[in-house]
Amino acid sequence: MDTSWIGPVATGAFIVAALAFVLSLAGLSRHETARAGVAYGIAGMTLAIAATFALLVGGLPATDAVIGIVAAVIALAIGAAIGLWRAARVQMTGMPQFIALMHSFVGLAAVLIGWNGYLHPGAIPAQLEGIHHAEVFIGVFIGAVTFTGSIIAYLKLSERMKSAPLVLPGRNWLNLAALVAFVGFTVWFVIDPQLWLLIVVTIIALALGLHLVASIGGGDMPVVISMLNSYSGWAAAASGFLLSNDLLIIAGALVGASGAYLSYIMCRAMNRSFISVILGGFGIAAPAKKGEDEQGEIQETSAAEVAASLADAKSVIITPGYGMAVAQAQYPVAELTRVLRERGVEVRFGIHPVAGRLPGHMNVLLAEAKVPYDVVLEMDEINDDFAATSVVLVIGANDTVNPAAAEEPSSPIAGMPVLHVWEAEEVIVFKRSMASGYAGVANPLFTRPNSRMLFGDAKDRVEDILRELASVRA
Amino acid sequence: MRIGIVAESAAEETRVAGTPATVAQIVKLGYDVVVEAGAGAGASFPDAAFAAAGATLGSRDEAWAADVVLKLAAPTQEEIDRLAEGATVIAMLAPALNPELVDALAARPITAIALDAVPRISRAQSMDVLSSTANIAGYRAVVEAANEFGRFFTGQVTAAGKVPPAKVLVAGAGVAGLAAIGAASSLGAIVRATDPRPEVADQVKSIGGEYLPVEVAVEQSTDGYAKATSEAYDRRAAELYSEQARDVDIIITTANIPGRKAPVLITAADVAAMKPGSVIVDLAAGNGGNVEGTVPGERVVTEGGVVILGYTDLARRLPTQASQLYGQNLVNLLKLVTPAKDGQLVLDFDDVVQRAVTVARGGEKLWPPPAVQVSAAPAAPAVEAPQPAAPATKPSRPWLRVAFWSLTGLVLLAGIAFAPAPLPQHLTVFAIAVALGFLVIGAVHHALHTPLMSVTNAISGVVVVGALIQLAVPDWTVKVLAFAAVLLVSINIFGGFAVTRRMLAMFRKAER
Repeated sequence: MDTSWIGPVATGAFIVAALAFVLSLAGLSRHETARAGVAYGIAGMTLAIAATFALLVGGLPATDAVIGIVAAVIALAIGAAIGLWRAARVQMTGMPQFIALMHSFVGLAAVLIGWNGYLHPGAIPAQLEGIHHAEVFIGVFIGAVTFTGSIIAYLKLSERMKSAPLVLPGRNWLNLAALVAFVGFTVWFVIDPQLWLLIVVTIIALALGLHLVASIGGGDMPVVISMLNSYSGWAAAASGFLLSNDLLIIAGALVGASGAYLSYIMCRAMNRSFISVILGGFGIAAPAKKGEDEQGEIQETSAAEVAASLADAKSVIITPGYGMAVAQAQYPVAELTRVLRERGVEVRFGIHPVAGRLPGHMNVLLAEAKVPYDVVLEMDEINDDFAATSVVLVIGANDTVNPAAAEEPSSPIAGMPVLHVWEAEEVIVFKRSMASGYAGVANPLFTRPNSRMLFGDAKDRVEDILRELASVRA
Repeated sequence: MRIGIVAESAAEETRVAGTPATVAQIVKLGYDVVVEAGAGAGASFPDAAFAAAGATLGSRDEAWAADVVLKLAAPTQEEIDRLAEGATVIAMLAPALNPELVDALAARPITAIALDAVPRISRAQSMDVLSSTANIAGYRAVVEAANEFGRFFTGQVTAAGKVPPAKVLVAGAGVAGLAAIGAASSLGAIVRATDPRPEVADQVKSIGGEYLPVEVAVEQSTDGYAKATSEAYDRRAAELYSEQARDVDIIITTANIPGRKAPVLITAADVAAMKPGSVIVDLAAGNGGNVEGTVPGERVVTEGGVVILGYTDLARRLPTQASQLYGQNLVNLLKLVTPAKDGQLVLDFDDVVQRAVTVARGGEKLWPPPAVQVSAAPAAPAVEAPQPAAPATKPSRPWLRVAFWSLTGLVLLAGIAFAPAPLPQHLTVFAIAVALGFLVIGAVHHALHTPLMSVTNAISGVVVVGALIQLAVPDWTVKVLAFAAVLLVSINIFGGFAVTRRMLAMFRKAER
């Protein structure tokens, strides 16, 4: 059988698959086209895998090709079973750690592919050998950093590890030293490709990923997740260079760009540079200040009073934060939204870009609880409307609604864009206790004359409000 | 301890120092509450409602015999004598204006707390009875003015012709002034406001008024009230009022300076210049009046047909609301002095608020209290409105960006130009894909960021292509490693796409 046609056809299929991936990401730009986008992605992936199988089949009837095909089928089947099982089971509140774990798989795979690239380089022209070795190193390095970084992020997000930043002495120098060592060893490896160099660099990269993420606190996780998303893309692209495969390069670049863009959005939403997030959390830059506003006194309110205000309100904006996810309050909140909308109250949601532990996390949680997505608005879309709003419910958010960011130039979070909730007639803050937020900055919102505090578990309190609301006549 | 809510003795008083809602809160603080029968009648709170809220009803003697007596107006001598030894009385005592009253209270072994002496600091706002009373007075002033005024407030175009909107001038944008501005503008009038503190301009605007500045420099006050100001200012202000008086239909004056005679803002000449049928409501009437010709407590019609209302009982004309707000101020004070919520009233003189309100204790006169610095007034001279923080505090370093992109460009150029094939081709593809990625991702809807991450996760699983090919390599180590890679990455591919589909299926649009 003539199999010479398989190679060119597979190459063509790869390019078509890459195009499908571009269309997939483009589809996600709007709710209406998002599902079509996923379909493009699946089509692209199917095509890519099919083309690869065709290449393997082209190698028949050699024994290695048979083994390869059998092994491929087995590995894909096991992977598919695990993947589909986990995807069906994962809680939406657990999405951040799920995604972090998935990043680690890509990272590890890139390391393995890099190692294989060294162990079995295949036929490489002499003038390309140096480049090939550099590619091995870069792929392994990025992959290993992604792998351990994602594992740490996973452990932190699933609370199997303390989310407080790890502070080692001279930690920035440690990171820098790792990078310098990597560059040095790469040069060495290009000249003299020894196995032990590869082992050493793999270990350095694993340690770097570990340290990099361990030293970042829980509230910066949206940036870390996006960053790891980006790294997993670059790792895939590096594998593409190594294997001389354009599909991997294009897909990797797309993913890398995507993660980098999300990181950029998150950093802008915190008014911080990417470097400052990676190299140190708020906790280091600005130690918690206590007793900032001793003149202020908070005013406590009750579920009954909140229900009464909501019943009389013309418009309500709910600004959720990570606390809503922790308390699993999204279902009662969605129910509250439905009840109020039925009573003719305009209810909308204001989402700060860094609310939650994952970009867009709040949107997914609210969607899961069946809140229609067209009432869930981004900060920039809703910030001008607070002044004309009767009641704002702040559920589990703190730094993202802190007026100090907009009004006190001396505040550590000055200049961070925040939701202007205090401009509304009345602000109800759901809070477990009077602890300060992630940034450790006192929040003058709580003592504003138009603010009321509702203490307790957010889920229980919202349920109380729902009960009280039932007794308030429409 | 037992708290007594007594009926007011003044015949014209309609309010009461507690309502069923506030009684319930006092009971929660651990107190027993006795309400004098019929105390709430003037404010439409029947005795039964108090009883339902957890109070017992008692006679006048029983209520006055309580450990703590809550009242609105200052007690008369007869009432002071009724108080039990060691009892506490909380009321609006106006200690600065009534030195004899303070002496009379100090003559008995009782504690006297003046709720109207709460310092104007933000912490004490919830018990500031002057603010809550002023709020009611400001609102009611507009209602009274509307009652006298022979026209609509709002402008209309009707079949019978066009109706111009009424023009209202509110002098003083304190609590009463702001309430008046809000009420008048929600009735549809054109509202203008004056105030010596330019920083209130934003507040005035936010409730629908237009702020008329008096363009002269002003001293900063430290007690939260606008100060009596300099001559130049007064001259310019007088001109402003004269101009406005000729133009507006309704003037509401709210300029009160505690413990002093109210300043005259509107002269007799200004009043004469107003159109017949115009209405003036002078909220400072009880304190001397802001308008020449005001008679406290009376309605006066001038020769020019201008009605001047000098009512001093505006809060009493809204007895239900006034009682509720006053009662809530009392509850907030009781919360402060009942730290353990055990029904025991404990005064802590280290707290400036508690010190400031206590006029007399155990026969000792404690008025006047040491001065309290008001936090509401900024320490720095804030003649201008507070500037919002600059949006970006990050120093921008454009050269850094230029350097970065130049370097990237050079590396790319060098890579493509000098590297051996196929690297240049790969670099080209890579650079274009990155640029394309940024363009495409930039358009992604913010709500879809999580699905975006999970789908990119699945897409990065495309490295499976590399691992699959390595499976066929004749080297068992490589095969095993590649097998692990394929397995891991296929979890990504299938899991990523599946979870994305699951998430997207949840997003739904509102059905209306």
